[in-house]
Amino acid sequence: MAQHVAQPPATTPVVPAELPLKEIAPWAAFFGVLMLVLLYFVGAEQGATSVFNGTDVHEWVHDARHLLGFPCH
Amino acid sequence: MNSTTVRNLLVRGMLAGLGAGLLALVVAYFLGEPHVDSAIGFEEAHSHEHEMEVVSRSVQSTAGLATGVLVYGVAFGGIAALAFCFAMGRVGRFSPRATALLLSGCALLTVYVVPFLKYPANPPSVGDPDTIGRRTGLYFLMMLLSVLLAIAATLLGKRLAPRLGTWWATVLAVAAFAVVIGLAYAFLPVINEVPKEFPATLLWQYRLSALAIQTVLWGGFGLLFGELAERLIHPKSAESVAERAVPAAH
Repeated sequence: MAQHVAQPPATTPVVPAELPLKEIAPWAAFFGVLMLVLLYFVGAEQGATSVFNGTDVHEWVHDARHLLGFPCH
Repeated sequence: MNSTTVRNLLVRGMLAGLGAGLLALVVAYFLGEPHVDSAIGFEEAHSHEHEMEVVSRSVQSTAGLATGVLVYGVAFGGIAALAFCFAMGRVGRFSPRATALLLSGCALLTVYVVPFLKYPANPPSVGDPDTIGRRTGLYFLMMLLSVLLAIAATLLGKRLAPRLGTWWATVLAVAAFAVVIGLAYAFLPVINEVPKEFPATLLWQYRLSALAIQTVLWGGFGLLFGELAERLIHPKSAESVAERAVPAAH
C-alpha cells in the first residue's frame, strides 16, 4: 500500500516574482491610453462630446452602450 | 523576467478580453436585447416625433452590439493585463491564476458595480437627452473615483499588513473604501429621469441583465486570462497538472 501513496508534486514557486515598475511603465502609458480611447468611442463618443460629426458612431454602438451601463441619450 | 513578459501578458489580456467579450455578447444578445426592444416599444408608443433611423434596429442589435461589447472586452482586457503586471507578486501570496481571478473580481466591483449602485444602467427612453453631458460626466467621475479609491485601499492594506496581519489589514482597507464611497454616494447629485409610466419590472429586469453581462465578462476574463498567465509564468507547473490529469482519464 505504502508505495502507492502519491508523491508530492515537485515544488515550483507558486508566488511569481514581481515585474519591475520601470518595465511596466512604458507599456502602461502607451497601451493604457490607447485602451481608454477605445472605451471612449464605445462609451461616450457623439453623446456628451464628439470627435467626429454626425451620429453614426453613436447609432452603431447604441445597444452596447445601453447594455454596458453608459449613459446613452 | 524582462519586458517581453509585459508584452506577452498584454497580448494575452487582450485575447482573453476578446474571449470574455464573446461570452458577454451571448448574454447581452439573449438576455439584454429583448428588454432593449421592449423599452424602444415603450418609447415609440409615448412619443409623437419620429426619428429617422441612421442604423437599423436589426444591425444595432447584432453587428452594432457585437462591435461595442467586443471592443469593450479587448480594451478592458488590455487594461486589466497591465494592472495584473503591477499586482503580480505584490498583492499577496497568490499564484498568477489566483491573482488574475482576484483582480477580475475587484475590477467587476470597482469599474462596474460601485458606479452602477449610484448611477445604474438605463434602457432607451429612460433619461432626458438634454442632460446627457451631466450624466456622462457624473458616471465617468464615479468610475474614476471608484478605481482610484480601490488602488488607494490596496496600498493602505499593504502598509497596514505588517502591523495588523493580512486579515485585519484587508478588512480595514475595504472598510475605508466603503466609507469614502458611501460619502461620494451621499454628496454626488441624484439622477432620476425614469418616465412616469415606464414599467417597473422592465426597468429592474433590464438592469439585472446589464449586471449579468458584466459578471460574465469579468468572470470569464479572470478564468481565461488566469490560465494564459499561469502557462506563461509557470510553464512547468501548468504542464505537470496536465500530465497528472492524463492517468485520471482512464
